[in-house]
Amino acid sequence: MKSLVFIIGMLLSLASLTSLAEGFRAQATYPAVYKSECGSCHDPFPPGLLNKSDWGRVMQNLDRHYGTDASIENAKTAATLANWLEQNAGHRADTGTNPPRFTATHWFKREHREVPPEGLKKLGINTPTYCTGCHLGAAQGRYGENEIRVPGQTRRHEDD
Amino acid sequence: MKKLISILALLVSPSLWAETPAQFIASYSAEAARTQPGFVADAARGKAFAAHNWGVSEKLASCTACHTDNPRNPGRHAVTGKNIAPLSPVVNQERFSDPAKVEKWFKRNCKEVVGRACTAAEKADYIAFALGGR
Repeated sequence: MKSLVFIIGMLLSLASLTSLAEGFRAQATYPAVYKSECGSCHDPFPPGLLNKSDWGRVMQNLDRHYGTDASIENAKTAATLANWLEQNAGHRADTGTNPPRFTATHWFKREHREVPPEGLKKLGINTPTYCTGCHLGAAQGRYGENEIRVPGQTRRHEDD
Repeated sequence: MKKLISILALLVSPSLWAETPAQFIASYSAEAARTQPGFVADAARGKAFAAHNWGVSEKLASCTACHTDNPRNPGRHAVTGKNIAPLSPVVNQERFSDPAKVEKWFKRNCKEVVGRACTAAEKADYIAFALGGR
């Protein structure tokens, strides 16, 4: 019985992983305001990377945003963004860091466990939040396997 | 009457009408001339300003830390790695065309890099540098 529960649990978590991956793909277009307000200093991160409460903390502390003041002057714009992030937030547990860092999650670490640090260095990527460094479609919200430039390897497939 | 006043205010406010880099330089220069009579924007001064190490932010010590010392080159955010389109309107026509954007970025970046708001004179010099200088 226990093993049956375990198998069902595994299947369910597999299904949620698949839907997560699809969630990223479905997020193919970011609102223009997200690209201009958030995506001009860093990659426009997929909103599914943080849950609602973590996005709430990010948006409430924009004046102390990872070492910089990213305040949005127009309150309406800020509200629009907060709302959109909340609507599209992920469902995983809190990142457990303050401020929230998706790079600290087990999920993120597991997904990137095969990335060699020396490869990142070679590409001049000094932060794991520089998604576009490897995910060539990141600016458009595309994180598919076929658009990854693996550090230290210029082509993933011969034919792409 | 109130409406008329606000329309008149819009008409005389040069920054709201600035749409070309030259117009931005003219309006910031006019503002600067109020405290520095005879002020003329200077690209060389703008270049020195851009390269100056302000000692406020370790990674973002100068404008050139992200924008490079040649405004015609694309830059790269020194912290996030994000690509930045060239500053020079000569190669990037979007630059210095939208007053709201220009003010937004001067405000943010000056606070972060210079540690205070930039003066109108500094802005005029900087745009002159971005427009003509290398």
